[in-house]
Amino acid sequence: MTGENTGAEAERRERAHGELARVLREHAGRLTACLVRVLGDFAAAEDVMADAVETALKRWPAEGVPEHPDAWLLTVARRRGLDLLRRQARYRDKLAELTWPPQPDPDDQLKLIFTCCHPALPRPAQLALTLRTVCGLTTAQIAAAFLVPEATVVQRITRAKRKISQAGIPYRVPGDDELPDRLDQVLAVVYLLFNEGYLASGGGRPHAAHLAGDAEWLAARLAWLVPRRPEVLGLLALIRLHQARAAARFTAAGDLVLLRDQDRSRWDRAAIAEAIRLLERAAALRRPGPYQLQAAIVACHAEAPTWDDTDWEQIVVLYDMLLALAPSPVHRLHRAIAVHHAPPPRGGADAALAVLDGLSPADLRTLDRYPLYHATRAELLRALDRPAAARTADRRALELTANPAQQALLQERLTWKG
Amino acid sequence: MKYVLMFVETEEFAKELAAMSEPDRQEAFERVGRWFADHAAHITHHAHLGPAEAATTVRLDGSADAVVTDGPFVEGKEVVSGYAEIEVADLDQALAIARTWPACPVVEIRPIT
Repeated sequence: MTGENTGAEAERRERAHGELARVLREHAGRLTACLVRVLGDFAAAEDVMADAVETALKRWPAEGVPEHPDAWLLTVARRRGLDLLRRQARYRDKLAELTWPPQPDPDDQLKLIFTCCHPALPRPAQLALTLRTVCGLTTAQIAAAFLVPEATVVQRITRAKRKISQAGIPYRVPGDDELPDRLDQVLAVVYLLFNEGYLASGGGRPHAAHLAGDAEWLAARLAWLVPRRPEVLGLLALIRLHQARAAARFTAAGDLVLLRDQDRSRWDRAAIAEAIRLLERAAALRRPGPYQLQAAIVACHAEAPTWDDTDWEQIVVLYDMLLALAPSPVHRLHRAIAVHHAPPPRGGADAALAVLDGLSPADLRTLDRYPLYHATRAELLRALDRPAAARTADRRALELTANPAQQALLQERLTWKG
Repeated sequence: MKYVLMFVETEEFAKELAAMSEPDRQEAFERVGRWFADHAAHITHHAHLGPAEAATTVRLDGSADAVVTDGPFVEGKEVVSGYAEIEVADLDQALAIARTWPACPVVEIRPIT
């Protein structure tokens, strides 16, 4: 087989996978939500639906996606569910009552998301459970995305379902007093999914790349289900601003291209404009938050026609606001980088080095493990004509980059270099 | 559902309590009393335990004689100092009640099967 054929075949497979993922996201989560309501039991509903998804993934690639995928899934879920739950009369009767079309309730899907992201569940379980029940991924797909054995994912999901039923984690939308905290948890899960997918894309982990799409879909769903929450819109805008520039992030060989060197003509200008309108809608609600501010920073980069035209002063101001709301050593490092590129007297290499030298010992302990910190110091020292010190910092950066901390480097760059 | 809220004391909390003036300590006790009154409708049973120094542990490890030792079975800086059994709809309601607990800094929530 020639390389070209393999490539074309991989592309076809990729397209088919994307289509299946889209259909399953659209319908599986919604049907799971219906099933939980009908059966009154999260674990039983999840078992039944996961089984229907597995069946779909076996049959659809060969037989084609059915004309009404949701009706197909429901029929399979009901039939297989009656087998699976044979011994439990109370479920059987309820399942038998379930007819097409199921009564839609927009809150069902939201309840499902809040249950999957309940703070009483450990974070890895929240991620796995959300992907499986809300996005309709199989355990094999989740395992491939996170580079963990499938048995680990199965165990996480099994334990989480047991905890949900034993600890009495409710299936409901939190009340107004709890909603802000609980929504933060959900957004953190979506953000982690996105990061995982975004960072790994192009790194030979095609399954991970799909996570970015899953995260975007989840964020869009949330924006529709809980409107007028500025941080939800902020996160959606942040994800879309990154996705709009994804094509320019890698060379044909799959190597990462830094923002400074990206071919900006390959950015999706329409998508960027759309995301910025979303961010403006969030800003109009006048409750700034960390996701909105991160999106605003990325928007500054996305709007700049060239690296040199970037509004670095504005970026410094946005980092100041971000640090006031969400202090973090990594954000302080990125602020220093923005200061470096901002015009004097506030900006410049000496001002940026002063920022880094003024960091607290605790921040420095954290940043000492980050290659980007040392690479930034090296760049500043070189600009200030201190080549010996610059070389020392470069060597330290190199030491850290040579090990598997490469991933971490990408992570830091995500927020500012996209 | 029924849950037990286990109130966990830390060394630091015990020290703070010991360092309080008498009126402050009195007020802290009253806050706890008010908490029990506020949630009386959900509390089915509760107890304050004696100090950890008064604990005795029996280990029945299968050998002929059970081993009796001084002290709580978990050696550590955090000890269970009391519990309340509550009857509520779900974990969120139990969490809401536990969040308002005005005394020691850790509360473990366990469902009763």
